[in-house]
Amino acid sequence: MELLLDSLFNGVAIGSVLLVAALGLAIVFGLMGVINLAHGELMMLGAYTTYVTQLIFKIPILKPFYNSYIIVSIFLAFIVSGVVGILLEKTIIRKLYGSPLETLLATWGVSLILQQFVRSVPLAYGTGLVISLLIGLFLPTTFPSKIKESINFKYFKFSTWIFAALTGVLTGSIISSSVSKLSRASARNVDVTAPSWMRGQVEIIGTAFPKTRLMIIVITLISVIAITLFLNQSAWGMRIRAVTQNRKMSDCLGISTEKVDIITFGIGSGLAGVAGVAVSLLGSVGPNVGGNYIVGCFMVVVLGGVGNLLGTVLASFGIGIMTDLIGAGRLLSIWPDMPLPLSNTINFFATTSMARVMIFALIVIFLQFKPTGLFPQKGRMVEN
Amino acid sequence: MSFSKIKFDKKIVLSFWIILIALIIAAPTLLPVFRLNLLGRYLSLSIVALGVDLIWGYTGLLSLGQGIFFALGGYCAAMYLQITSSSEFPNNIPEFFALYGVEKLPFFWEPFRSPIFTFFAIWIIPALVAGLIGFLVFRNRIKGVYFSILTQASLLVFFNFFNGQQKLINGTNGLKTDVTQLFGQMVGSESMQRLFFWVTAILVLASWFFAKWVVKGRFGNILIGIRDDEPRVRFTGYNPVIFKTIIFSIAGGLAGISGALYTVQSGIVSPQFMTVPFSIEMVIWVAVGGRGTLLGAILGAVFINYAKSLVSEALPASWMFIQGGLFILVVTALPEGVLGWIQGDGPRNLLQRFGLKRKIETYPSLEINNKEGNNG
Repeated sequence: MELLLDSLFNGVAIGSVLLVAALGLAIVFGLMGVINLAHGELMMLGAYTTYVTQLIFKIPILKPFYNSYIIVSIFLAFIVSGVVGILLEKTIIRKLYGSPLETLLATWGVSLILQQFVRSVPLAYGTGLVISLLIGLFLPTTFPSKIKESINFKYFKFSTWIFAALTGVLTGSIISSSVSKLSRASARNVDVTAPSWMRGQVEIIGTAFPKTRLMIIVITLISVIAITLFLNQSAWGMRIRAVTQNRKMSDCLGISTEKVDIITFGIGSGLAGVAGVAVSLLGSVGPNVGGNYIVGCFMVVVLGGVGNLLGTVLASFGIGIMTDLIGAGRLLSIWPDMPLPLSNTINFFATTSMARVMIFALIVIFLQFKPTGLFPQKGRMVEN
Repeated sequence: MSFSKIKFDKKIVLSFWIILIALIIAAPTLLPVFRLNLLGRYLSLSIVALGVDLIWGYTGLLSLGQGIFFALGGYCAAMYLQITSSSEFPNNIPEFFALYGVEKLPFFWEPFRSPIFTFFAIWIIPALVAGLIGFLVFRNRIKGVYFSILTQASLLVFFNFFNGQQKLINGTNGLKTDVTQLFGQMVGSESMQRLFFWVTAILVLASWFFAKWVVKGRFGNILIGIRDDEPRVRFTGYNPVIFKTIIFSIAGGLAGISGALYTVQSGIVSPQFMTVPFSIEMVIWVAVGGRGTLLGAILGAVFINYAKSLVSEALPASWMFIQGGLFILVVTALPEGVLGWIQGDGPRNLLQRFGLKRKIETYPSLEINNKEGNNG
């Protein structure tokens, strides 16, 4: 019983990391049909945001609140990755709707640039850049409509960008002068240390669970609930679903599809940032941290059925539990006296990398029987 | 893809060929052996690019897993070289086995003692694996991005397998070939490297003519039909699965040849050949050169890799930025690639932009709306 509980918990822990990482992808891929290979790099930005927030909370004024930095960083990571995602949508992806293979190549280019960016730009100035992007993109939307409709609006926009650039440079230099660790570019991996209340373990029914793992499960749970509520209960959620179902008709009915695209992509990217916070709690953070997750995330989305959140949830927990069962060789401890050839096979796959081989092979076999995943989209078209 | 391709003057084409062939013949004497070796490697990469062009440019299948077949070809060649030069090591098996305490040769190494088997294995094994993967995927009508994701997943399967199996194929260290013997000479020696350059240059030409032959005629027309409108091909009575499987395994075979040539010239084959970035890079060579042009794939592979080595020598950090920018630029601004742009309407449009009027061939509205009509 204890063994089973332990295995189940490990599986759920692995699955929840996959789920929070795949959630944003499920939205971007499932609702918009965009293959975002830079999703892993948006996760990486989220992880770096956690690191930067942690260091900023160490400066004397903010020191008393140090323990709460992880909560703050979840929101900041959502905003940072969301803003970068919106910039991506506005500049590149917008031109490529309807041709997913092209978005795949373009976003791969973006991911290379983002990786090299965190290697060769000091994190302090990176933060400044994100802040100026935030101001430049969002300040114009808060202007009163009188200004928005005037002919001179482009000058207003231009001046906000100048203001944004100045603020960005200023915050960048303030951060780099007050936190020395952020003032130099480095290709080395960095470590996020969990606040004291998150270290250690909790005992539930006689089994000890590490608190960071529980925290990740909580983050995942909240993200899934929040995104489900948003999509099903809010006005914008309804618009997003409407545009997904029939873009032309929604456009005719007065829904701004352009805004819907931006919001959908922004939320999907923001969720990648939240996933980045979760990932930063598991190990060190480096430019390549996102690349480890991206293929797994796509497999989750494909396995679950594109455009179906329930499928994504089930698929990621299924993969998580299977990974733990195979990778840790748990089948052997559950059933110790199995026949020799079988136990040899299981031992052969009982490492993390071989478990991956097995899981991907199983997924490919599963797709032979259900090519469109667990919960396929229903339709009568020849092509979907 | 534009239908109206400019026919170049025959003299220009002929002189282009003469210069190209003269350069290839002159290269071994003009270049120092280090540069020659680099050029040879890039030429061998252009064979895998040809395969990518066949499946992506002509058939519309974007495979992100060509690294599998590339590495399989490389491993076949390296296994043969290792096993034939292992007579002085304990148990007559390659040296690395001793590190992991393996005394008996794993069974799948045995056939590689034969040079004839290896010669065929280099291209038949990758082609068979590609055919199997392709058949399983195409049979279920998995296509488009799902195909790309699945090929990428299979790439990771192979990578993790080869990376983890030290006792079978030396795992992450890979198999070294440059200190092995072939025809009584060191593979890494200067004279052998010159020979490999020649072999590569000839094989590039041979595979180019082969690819041209494949896309010529009805077979090629069906491939293009599958790319542009697969349901219509199916409704006309053809079975796209067979054609897709055949072309995918042809591309796999080309990748295998390419991998073997690359391995003997770079001196090692390792699971690094199966990493995700390398396989996506292969796509960008074709995209930059011009998909659906074949020659563009060769030129793209050679020039981008040469640029990569030049830029990486001068400014190591900037190559990632340039490469990333190249991906974005080619997709957004130059979807037909450089060669496609030259053969298509590119130069004419450029002249028009500078104020030189363009000759209108048909109805003006057709010319202007042509693009939209194709996409819609």
